Amino acid sequence: MEYLIIIISAIFVSNIVLAQFLGICPFLGVSGKVSTSVGMSGAVLFVMTIATIITWLVYQYVLLPFGITFLQTISFILIIASLVQMVEIILKKVSPPLYQALGIYLPLITTNCAIMGVALLTVAKPDFDLLKGVVFAVASALGFGLAMLLFAGIREHLDLMDVPKGMRGVPIALVTAGILALAFMGFTGLV
Amino acid sequence: MNQWKNFSKGFIKDNPVFVLLLGLCPTLAVTSSAINGLGMGLATMFVLVCSNMVVSLIKNLIPDKVRIPSFIVIIASFVTIVELIMEGFAPALFEALGIFIPLIVVNCIVLGRAEGFASKQSFISSLIDGLGMGLGFAFALTLLGAVREALGNGSIFGYKFIEGDAILVFILSPGAFIVLGYLIALLNRFRKTT
Repeated sequence: MEYLIIIISAIFVSNIVLAQFLGICPFLGVSGKVSTSVGMSGAVLFVMTIATIITWLVYQYVLLPFGITFLQTISFILIIASLVQMVEIILKKVSPPLYQALGIYLPLITTNCAIMGVALLTVAKPDFDLLKGVVFAVASALGFGLAMLLFAGIREHLDLMDVPKGMRGVPIALVTAGILALAFMGFTGLV
Repeated sequence: MNQWKNFSKGFIKDNPVFVLLLGLCPTLAVTSSAINGLGMGLATMFVLVCSNMVVSLIKNLIPDKVRIPSFIVIIASFVTIVELIMEGFAPALFEALGIFIPLIVVNCIVLGRAEGFASKQSFISSLIDGLGMGLGFAFALTLLGAVREALGNGSIFGYKFIEGDAILVFILSPGAFIVLGYLIALLNRFRKTT
């Protein structure tokens, strides 16, 4: 039950993109087509889960015991940056088809604040153990994927619409995202 | 290079938020009031100026292959400094900005200027570029925060000018997207005519 609450609140109630504003860059940048947004969401799911596990372990067993939690920003970004590189190299060797699908999105993920944000949120919650952290990370990534897919679907239709000149491109996309966020606000109070 | 042009480009022509669309996560997240927007803008500006200066000073010492990780370490160090200073001297603001202070590290505008400008230019140019871009970023955040606070709370910088309730949705998450969308549209219109 506890896990169900974490999952529902991470996907719907406090959706990582539409309610917490993490990962806006890829949300606006690669959401032009449904196929690319699926690839990006897959890569985020993959990296976010592994990054959360490693940063949680480092925080609990290195930073906390030695009393150097002020180093968390610097250590987390280094972990994430090297992790992304490593995942890229391993994936290339072990699973070429998966690398083909996710490869071009991986370098972009280092500067995706959703990864770093979820890692920071997880260690900031005192009642989270490792399993809860992983569940939270996976659910957040699914929430990211859901928002990406919905938005990409809408934007594909938007391309065919007659939009006023000044609103074309980014402005109309932002207003659309605003309306999508409004719809997600309907989930408030669910859990 | 003309230094004045270098400084002023960050305001309108290459404004990081309205034109380059970089660093949108903190832009949307913390601008529920003008003062939060200003605080976030100044914190980012400090990091931007310092990292630009250091990167331009040691650009010849860093091997090309490891330049991005080195830039990230430099940026992360300055972000940690900002974090500690803010926690000590402005705890209320630190509380309000939350995880978006450490997330300055992954703000693409900072890394973008380090890689795209400071790693190629002289110390003075990089300093001025950091100042201009940082001020442009702070200006955009303050403007967005002021508009959202005015519509959503009927006040600017905490001074209330409308009694009673305002349109609350503008200080909630949907308002951020919608206000930024219309501000960019307005700016596009303005730039087309001039």
